[in-house]
Amino acid sequence: MTTPSQVLTLKIDGQDVTGRADETILQVARENGIHIPTLCFLDSLSPLGACRLCLVEIKGSPRLFAACVTYIAEGMEVLTKSDRLNKYRRMIVELLFAERNHICSICVANGHCDLQDLAREMGVTYVDFPYRYPRLGVDASHERFGLDHNRCVLCMRCVRVCGEVEGAHTWDVAGRGIEAHVSADLDFPWGDSDTCTSCGKCVQVCPTGALFKKGVAAAEMVKHRSFLVRLTAMREEAE
Amino acid sequence: MTKLKLATVWLDGCSGCHMSFLDIDERLLELVEKVDIVYSPLVDFKAFPDAVDITLVEGAVSNQDDLEKIKKVRAHTRLLVALGDCAVTANVPSMRNPFGVDQVVKRAYEENVTLQPQLPTQAVPPLLKRVRPVHDIVTVDVHLPGCPPSADAIFAALVALVEGRTPDVAALTRFGA
Repeated sequence: MTTPSQVLTLKIDGQDVTGRADETILQVARENGIHIPTLCFLDSLSPLGACRLCLVEIKGSPRLFAACVTYIAEGMEVLTKSDRLNKYRRMIVELLFAERNHICSICVANGHCDLQDLAREMGVTYVDFPYRYPRLGVDASHERFGLDHNRCVLCMRCVRVCGEVEGAHTWDVAGRGIEAHVSADLDFPWGDSDTCTSCGKCVQVCPTGALFKKGVAAAEMVKHRSFLVRLTAMREEAE
Repeated sequence: MTKLKLATVWLDGCSGCHMSFLDIDERLLELVEKVDIVYSPLVDFKAFPDAVDITLVEGAVSNQDDLEKIKKVRAHTRLLVALGDCAVTANVPSMRNPFGVDQVVKRAYEENVTLQPQLPTQAVPPLLKRVRPVHDIVTVDVHLPGCPPSADAIFAALVALVEGRTPDVAALTRFGA
């Protein structure tokens, strides 16, 4: 029986590494300078395994595992790079672009967007799936911020930062499957929310231009996320 | 050495990609030592030639005219390059897609017009139901995203193609660049 603090030995990409039993493959990989692409994952938020970009291969299993939610095990052999993984990761990025209306050239987050960066990292220079072109709205009811559903990738970073860090739990996901969308309170206009504190944390953690500050023009929405690790560290110290 | 034949085509785009192509500046002189520009909105030839080595396509496929043009261009081109975000992703022109043609045409020709509002019946090619990226219609050999792709990216890609190499596009440009 392993205990959380027990030190385990495993191999990632052929490299011998060690980690605590309560650490995920992603954590141990990062501690050892091994890069695994991520989108929904953000340090200091609970891992979700939603975007599947961090999929890795584990020797002995035909399945792929999300590195952000899979704990390490003694003797595990992990592969973070392969043609198979690359194929799926590219496919995920392409599907995200095809699902909603991502018009980079006019987006507030152009040049500061995690989805754009991932496309470049994966070498996605065009999208091979037919675009869906759904008709989606923009919620501009909040005094200071806007929500453009066209640019949302449903990573749920906003939902998690609002519930876990701010403690307001204004955001949630409403609808199922392709109808899923982030919603304020009980699917109200954001500006009518009783719970929102207007702290802006969701805007800063959003990987794309879906959540933005009003008044910014194309390419001006630079996100600042250093507060997140700092806040978490200070809280841990206080405890 | 015989020069390669280069063409450029302008579909539904703002011409910004062609402007960026011109921004190659004095390197255009280097380029024309290797290629002849045989068809382009920037030159006078009226008909698309039979055998073109490289064609740069700016713009998305939005109307019947674009559709016929791109099929013809593909049939007579060895290497087809989707130049810029409109050709690669359908970009800004695709923003009409969620609304449907009828609503868009009404908005443009009736609701926003004070003098003789009417729908066009001649001269304007009918719009396709959806604006589509070029690779959705014909096979594309190289995608060069960007809005517009920088002159440096266009030049580097062209040099690679002229020398028979595949350009490393991800290193040169990205969506929205």
